[in-house]
Amino acid sequence: MPTLLTIRSKGLTLQHDDFVRHMKEHGSGVYGERRHWLGKKIDYVLLLLLLMLMGVGLAVLYSASGRTLAVVERQLVYMLIGLGAMVAVAQVPVRFLERWAILPYLAGLGLLVAVLLFGDGAKGARRWLDLGIVRFQPSEILKIAVPLMVASFLSRQLLPPRFEHVVVAVLLAVVPAALVIAQPDLGTALLIAISGLFVLFLAGLGKRYILGVVLAAMVTAPPFWIYVLHDYQKQRILTLLDPQSDKLGAGWNIIQSTTAIGSGGMHGKGWFGGTQSQLDFLPESHTDFIIAVLAEEFGLIGVMLLLLLYVLIVSRGVIISLRAQSMFGRLLAGSITLTFFVYVFVNMGMVSGLLPVVGVPLPLVSYGGTAIVTLMLGFGMLMAVSTEKKRLV
Amino acid sequence: MYADRTLKNPFREARLFFGRIVFAMLVVALLLGVVVWRYYQLQVVRHQDFVTQAENNRVHVRAIPPPRGLIFDRNGVLLADNRTGFTLSIVVERAQDQRQLLADLDQLLNLTDEEIERFEKLLKRRHPYEPVPLRYNLSETEQGAIAVNEYRLDGAEIVAELIRYYPQREHMAHVVGYVGRINEKETETLDHKRYSGTHMVGKTGLERFYEDTLLGNPGYEYVETNARGRVMRVLEKIDPQRGKDLYLYLDNRLQEIAFAALGDEKGAVVAIETQTGGVLALASAPGFDPNLFVTGISHENYRLLTTSPDRPLFDRALRGQYPPGSTIKPIFGLAALDSEIISEDYKIYDPGFFQLENREHKYRDWKKGGHGSRIGLYDAIVQSCDTFFYTVGVRMGVDRLSHYGELFGLGQKTGIDLPFEATGIMPSKEWKRGAYGIAWYPGDTVNTSIGQGFMLATPLQLAVAAARLGTRGQVRRPRLVRAAGEEIYHEVAPDAVLDIAPQHWRPVLDAMRGVVHDGRGTARQAGVGMAYEMAGKTGTAQVVGIKQEEKYDATKLAKLQLDHALFIAFAPVENPRIAVGIIVENGEHGSSTAAPVARQLIDAYFTYYPLEGADVAAR
Repeated sequence: MPTLLTIRSKGLTLQHDDFVRHMKEHGSGVYGERRHWLGKKIDYVLLLLLLMLMGVGLAVLYSASGRTLAVVERQLVYMLIGLGAMVAVAQVPVRFLERWAILPYLAGLGLLVAVLLFGDGAKGARRWLDLGIVRFQPSEILKIAVPLMVASFLSRQLLPPRFEHVVVAVLLAVVPAALVIAQPDLGTALLIAISGLFVLFLAGLGKRYILGVVLAAMVTAPPFWIYVLHDYQKQRILTLLDPQSDKLGAGWNIIQSTTAIGSGGMHGKGWFGGTQSQLDFLPESHTDFIIAVLAEEFGLIGVMLLLLLYVLIVSRGVIISLRAQSMFGRLLAGSITLTFFVYVFVNMGMVSGLLPVVGVPLPLVSYGGTAIVTLMLGFGMLMAVSTEKKRLV
Repeated sequence: MYADRTLKNPFREARLFFGRIVFAMLVVALLLGVVVWRYYQLQVVRHQDFVTQAENNRVHVRAIPPPRGLIFDRNGVLLADNRTGFTLSIVVERAQDQRQLLADLDQLLNLTDEEIERFEKLLKRRHPYEPVPLRYNLSETEQGAIAVNEYRLDGAEIVAELIRYYPQREHMAHVVGYVGRINEKETETLDHKRYSGTHMVGKTGLERFYEDTLLGNPGYEYVETNARGRVMRVLEKIDPQRGKDLYLYLDNRLQEIAFAALGDEKGAVVAIETQTGGVLALASAPGFDPNLFVTGISHENYRLLTTSPDRPLFDRALRGQYPPGSTIKPIFGLAALDSEIISEDYKIYDPGFFQLENREHKYRDWKKGGHGSRIGLYDAIVQSCDTFFYTVGVRMGVDRLSHYGELFGLGQKTGIDLPFEATGIMPSKEWKRGAYGIAWYPGDTVNTSIGQGFMLATPLQLAVAAARLGTRGQVRRPRLVRAAGEEIYHEVAPDAVLDIAPQHWRPVLDAMRGVVHDGRGTARQAGVGMAYEMAGKTGTAQVVGIKQEEKYDATKLAKLQLDHALFIAFAPVENPRIAVGIIVENGEHGSSTAAPVARQLIDAYFTYYPLEGADVAAR
């Protein structure tokens, strides 16, 4: 690609560009919609899908919690907070996000270090930071901050990225992931790293690199197994291969969740009718394993309908990313969407015994405030991208 | 962040991005396919397996123990009842930490060492998930303490169960017996299926003999439990079949009177309804409280019962074997007549002792100086003349004595419906060879002829013998149980009639009547003011052998060495209704201690079942 002009200034946009001149001034149609509702910019399709998902989530949660209304109410509050956060973030100009992406990133890193130093948690893991009013997991912030940061960085580079940019982008994704591994929280760390690497992939990472990573992964797997993984993490993987080997221990969860899913059959046992979930055989039934409750009570049909909702949300995210006005918008929207899908896949995979049990909640269905707010922040950014004013470059 | 920026080509970037997104979507589609395939596998292909597994998870079969049959006396008075008790049990598999759980429970209930010891013993032979009882009969306070702390007592559960209760306590203890926890040995022999859910088994008395009748059949319920094993609801229930109730011939009032009549003495009273063989009273004193045994007796109480010199656990009526003494005389008298050794007119002179031919040894009569001249069968029985029976006995020979003794049930089990009955001894030449390996001496015959020496009989055997005398040889097996549930064991016809010439009964029965009603009768004091006619025979069994010429001095001997007092009787003399056998240990004389007991009992019997009544036999 011939370099006609190199501009060494930040935030410069070209005033005159023949390529986009034919478009309407306030680009609607092909290049994205701009909706105004009480002055708010909202993607109504996405909002509708999210509300449907939340509705399903609350219904399943009500059953999974043993008809504990308090749990459902609290979840509803989290969802409202999440919706508020989403709407707020949706109003932020994309260029602003791009410019200041480094702030949440650095803040997240700082908090991760703080967690390692002062955090508290259970079973030898330090994940939580108690700020007096709220207790939260800083690693959640990184789930948003990392793709934001990597997208912000890469969108300023000439794409596909050159080697040094690849290195920087990888470091941006891996350093926080490493800090999270140290907590230790392997599942979250992998998701954080993946969200950053998705950006790199979407930015056009060369096929050589991808192949190289695959090879490197295969080479480093044994030492990783030996030196990095904790015993309980190894146990989870071993248990996955043979749940019966540890029936009452680590295998219990998988045996009970597959039993719940399988016994649900095609039509399910009906709302509140799941014996596995209602009789407490299913562990973590209202958090990470909630899909098993849905599968048991609503059957394969229920699972497929939920999956359809997720697919629609992912599709909407993909459409938004394709319609984005800037490379940053595309990368951000694409990464958020793909990461969202990974959550769904990993959760449904681990509960059904396809993947090792890592602590990944089912998006917007599992009980938990931090995860909901984080996800909704991501969707807020998706909406911001979807309503982005067209611009050059 | 400052980066090198060459001129970006938005079209190229958009195209690049589009390509990547398409690729990513392909991967997403692939992964979606994997998820769908997986859920399809689980929910459709392997659905049935998981349904089974989920059912196995939640549904458990629980045995429901049948209520044990109750025991009533002949008038419907409850002798053995079931009461609801609350038992604290532990399912070890459900306890998070067994030690901690026991420590917590100890804090709440102050467990005794004994309870813990028993619990640990039971723990060793439980089935998986079987609740192991820790404490029975929880008080309301204890139940409350456990309920409040339930959240931290996983594995502990309070179960309402029926616990046997014996309202009559002491005086029925030996007859009714008691149930107790199934022990290790019993676990091996009992039918596991029938006893699933049942922890108790009859250990003694009727409870043991009629175990099979009383037990019933267990029911089952399919219960839904949660992951911690708490029962959430019952899905299906098959009711247990309760055990059959027992209705006895026994009259609780008579039993009480018999027991009370013995007072502080040790002894036994047996009364039999002659027309049926039904046992009206079967008392052994001292008694004990059978309720102590039901949920496991404490070491201390058990020690007290077993080490007491009075041996309260010993059922004297059934297992006590005593020399029958003179109570045997009517039988041997009858034997002498029937074997035609003597005639009714046969008379002897009694100098106060008997000597075998060519022997120095004097076998003394109980009456110093003897009963005088012209002592016939009547006087020999009425006054209990030993010399007469020495003489007659030796003339008959032991094997003839033995034969007639056996006809009256001596030396054999009566076949009563109770366990552990003693056989007694009716000696014979053959018996002595078998038991001692030595020959029968003529002196043995002399001792046997007055019911001493080797001869032993239980109070029950004496009562049975009395009944056979009274009914002129009608043989009936003594029975306690008249009916079990709907099934009535009632029998009136005798099992057999003794082959004794009819004319020989009259003199013997007349003499027995004389024992009570003749002015010289040994039991004449007991017969004073009697509204009916009673036939009886006193007896005194020597506890200590008395040396030649040594004077018997009751005051010298400790109470324990006093003779046992015996008495057999039946009434009325003609067509008797009731026959009794009584022993008062160390009571000295049958006439002074045993006969009054019979009088009280029979008086009471005729009060409750008046003679005028058309049919005072069993219902």
